[in-house]
This record gives sequence, structure tokens and C-alpha cells, in this order.
Amino acid sequence: MSFNTTYKNIEFVIEDGTAILTFNRPDSLNSFNAEMHAEVREALKEVKKNPEVRALVITGNGRGFCAGQDLSDRNVAPGAEAPNLGESIEKNYNPMIRTIRALEMPVICAVNGVAAGAGANIALACDIVFAAKSAKFIQAFCKIGLIPDSGGTWTLPHTVGQARAMALSMLGDRVTAEDAEKMGMIWKAVDDEAVKETAIATAKELATQPTKGLALIKRAIQASATNTLDEQLDLERDLQTIAGRTEDYREGVAAFMEKRQPSFKGQ
Amino acid sequence: MTYQTITAQSLEGVLTITLNRPEAYNALNTLLLSEVADVLDQADQDESIRVAVITGGPKVFAAGADIKEMAALDAVGVMNDARPKHWKRIYQFSKPLIGAVNGYALGGGCELVMHCDIVIAGDNALFGQPEINLGIIPGAGGTQRLIRTVGKPLAMKMVLSGEMIDAKTALQANLIAEVVIPEKTIERAHQLAKTIAKKPPIAVRLAKEALLKAFETDLESGLNIERKSFTLLAATEDRQEGIAAFMEKRKPEFKGR
Repeated sequence: MSFNTTYKNIEFVIEDGTAILTFNRPDSLNSFNAEMHAEVREALKEVKKNPEVRALVITGNGRGFCAGQDLSDRNVAPGAEAPNLGESIEKNYNPMIRTIRALEMPVICAVNGVAAGAGANIALACDIVFAAKSAKFIQAFCKIGLIPDSGGTWTLPHTVGQARAMALSMLGDRVTAEDAEKMGMIWKAVDDEAVKETAIATAKELATQPTKGLALIKRAIQASATNTLDEQLDLERDLQTIAGRTEDYREGVAAFMEKRQPSFKGQ
Repeated sequence: MTYQTITAQSLEGVLTITLNRPEAYNALNTLLLSEVADVLDQADQDESIRVAVITGGPKVFAAGADIKEMAALDAVGVMNDARPKHWKRIYQFSKPLIGAVNGYALGGGCELVMHCDIVIAGDNALFGQPEINLGIIPGAGGTQRLIRTVGKPLAMKMVLSGEMIDAKTALQANLIAEVVIPEKTIERAHQLAKTIAKKPPIAVRLAKEALLKAFETDLESGLNIERKSFTLLAATEDRQEGIAAFMEKRKPEFKGR
């Protein structure tokens, strides 16, 4: 287990092949300021380049998961120049979402409490999302004249359909974890006290599985959002070719034939 | 022959050239350029080689020229530079040259792409002519070939701003022929190379020549070149074999005669 103590706004641990990134500004519902962005960026870089890491958990400390952007970082005083939100998105949020989606391993989210604004959409960008039953998902952007960012306008229609995506984004309604599960926005709502351990246990289990294969699954399912069936059939052919060349596939078949437990290396 | 900056392997009529300066993102220094030209010159004379594939490997194609080398040249040095001769030798390769591009193809790397007859790119490929950032302009045909290939709007944008384009844009702009997943780039280039390697080599050569002439001639002259090549092929054994095999519903056996 390694523990990086230089972070102030997040906690970052690696144990059993699993990286755990915990947003840690509980007094501000783990909302993002510039420093926290820099730390998350650094941690995700570590996840990407450390070959030991085969799964990632993202969660938060305190009663919230993440409330998105820290609005006290934004100067909207009359007469002041309007902040360039596009620049902040381009520099901070978009690279984070792109990195999470491109990570060649499962990314598990434990939504421990309220997930609002960008916070909700960061959660929804993860591969498997568990949420505490008391957690709420809120597309709060519309209440201050903004639009859902961090991929929200793409993720929501793909997960819950256009009708719900539109209403949730325009009304800014709170969606409970159980409703989110029912409408297919997340994988599962679990009891509050179990959410983090469930996510971590799932990640640690996945960290023992064929990581390359899981990464290829992730790639294929993501690509399906924009592919036709024909394109997707071609992609499956190509990705399966790659999967068939992995050591873990060999091991999986061998273990099956020899009726033993496979031992996957993630290669 | 052994090379320092590339590797070359031939198999089943296909020569594979791999740029091999990983520490420098395969930057095209003069030695590398001369080795690519040398290996293609030899392949041109070697009847057993029908097609060449050029790649930078799975990560990066070629990230430009060697800037240190360039910095050492003054105007007279640039005037006497051997590089244009090497580029010309690459362009004069008479057999199909297929590029397999993953990652960056910048500056000279992008120009090398334009020296290829067919380019297969991974969806992670990025193309650009960033020379403007150094106070220079593309120097290996980048202004002339790019505008003929992708047209004025995109060529101007790329050369004047130095901004890169991704594989999807490059495909739409006809800079490349196909986009595949990065793991498959080299495999797909080889597949295509093997297909072409089975075609009658004289016809392949004259087809390449006629197609490239389209960049240099008016339509009437181009049609004349096409007609002459078409006529010339009537004298080949491969044409007789090709037509006979078609009529007899069997596979042709081409001999390059």
C-alpha cells in the first residue's frame, strides 16, 4: 500500500492493485477549486502510468460526493469581466472526463452523498457507479443560467434517454440514488454505510481480472454510442483479435480446461 | 545492409521499413532520411519486392525534422543540404509505398505521409505542419503537396497556424485512405500491401505513375499518359494471363513480364 501525503484536497491510496481517489474538501462538499483540479490531474496521471494499478475508485469524504465547481472561485461582481467558463472546462473538466473515459481499466464510483453539477457528471463518466441511498444527483446548472458540462449533455441522453435528460437538465430536480438506479443512470443504490466498501471490494475484485480484456470492453461499449451496427461489428472483430492475443485469455482458457482458478496478470 | 536509424524486413514481396529513433520520436534527421531513400532505391531494383510499407511503430510515426541539425545550418548550408535529394529519391520509388501511421506525423513526418501512395492511420494519429512556430515553412513539399491533397482551406489553416488535425479530419480531407484502431494499423497496411503484391507489377507501376502525373499535368496531357501506359500494357504477358484467367474462371499467375 502506498499513500501520497502531499495532497491537500484529495486523498490518494494504492492498495491491492486498486487506486482510491477520495475528494477531500468536505467543508465545501468537495467542490473543485484550481488546486484540487491540479491534484486530481496528478493522481490520474499516476493511475495511468503505474502498471500495478488495475482498477480505480473515485469517492468523496464527508456528506457530499462532489458539488462541482467551487463558485467562490468565480468573480461575478457587477462590472467585472465575465469569467471564461469555456477555458476552465477546456483546461480542467474536459481533460478529467476524457482521462477517466480513456483509462484502460475499470473506474468505479462510490457516490457517498450529494453529486451536483459537474460532480454528478464526473460520477456518471465512471464505468460502474454505486450510490448511497441518501445520495442525490442534481443537474444544478440550469438554476444559475448554465448548461450541464463535464459530459452531462452526452452522458444523460445515452443513459436515461432524451426525455429524462431534457427534464432533469431543465428542472434541476434532485434524483435519489434509487430512482437513478431505476432509470439506468447508475448501476446500483446501496446502503449509505456500505457504499464505499462495496465500490472498493468491486474494484479490488476487478483488479484481479483480465484488465486488458476489461479495457477492451470499455472501449467497445463507449464506441457503440456513435457507431452503426456495422461499424460496431467490425470493431468487435478487431478488439476481439487483440483480446485473443492477451496472456490473460490464454490463462483463462487454460484454467477452464484444467478446471482450476485462473491467475490473471492484466496482460 | 545494416541501418542505424531504420529497420528493414522483407516478407512475401512486402518490404517493411520501420523508423527507429524512438528516443527522438523518430525525428527525420539526415541519416534517417538517407537510409529510407537507400532502402527504397535498393527495393526498386529488387524484383522480389513488390510493395513497401513504412511505419514508425505502434506509438509515433515521425515528429518532424531534427531541429538541432537544422539549427546548425546557415543559408549556404541549407542551400547545399542533401535532404531534398533524399526526399526526391523517396518520391521516385516506382512501387507502391504504404504508410502505417500511429501517433504524431508532424512536419517532415506529415510530408513523409504525403510521399506515401496509400496511408492507413490509427485513430490516435495526429497530422500537422508546425514549422511556422520556428520561423520557417514546410521544406519537403509540405506547401505544394498538402494544398493539392487536402485543398486550400485546410492546407492554409495547417501551415499558417501550425495546428494539428486528427485522424478523422485527415480522412475527411483525403490526406489518408483509412482509419483503424491503433493496434491494427500496421496489420491493415500489411494486408493491403499483400493484396497489391499479388497484382501484376508492371500494371501497378504504370498505374501509380499515371495517378501521380495527375498532380502535374492538365487533363489532356494526363489522358495521353494514361493512354500510352494502357497501350504499353497490351504488350505484357501479365495482361494476356490476366484476361485468360478471367475467361477461364481461374486465378491468374502474374510474372511481372
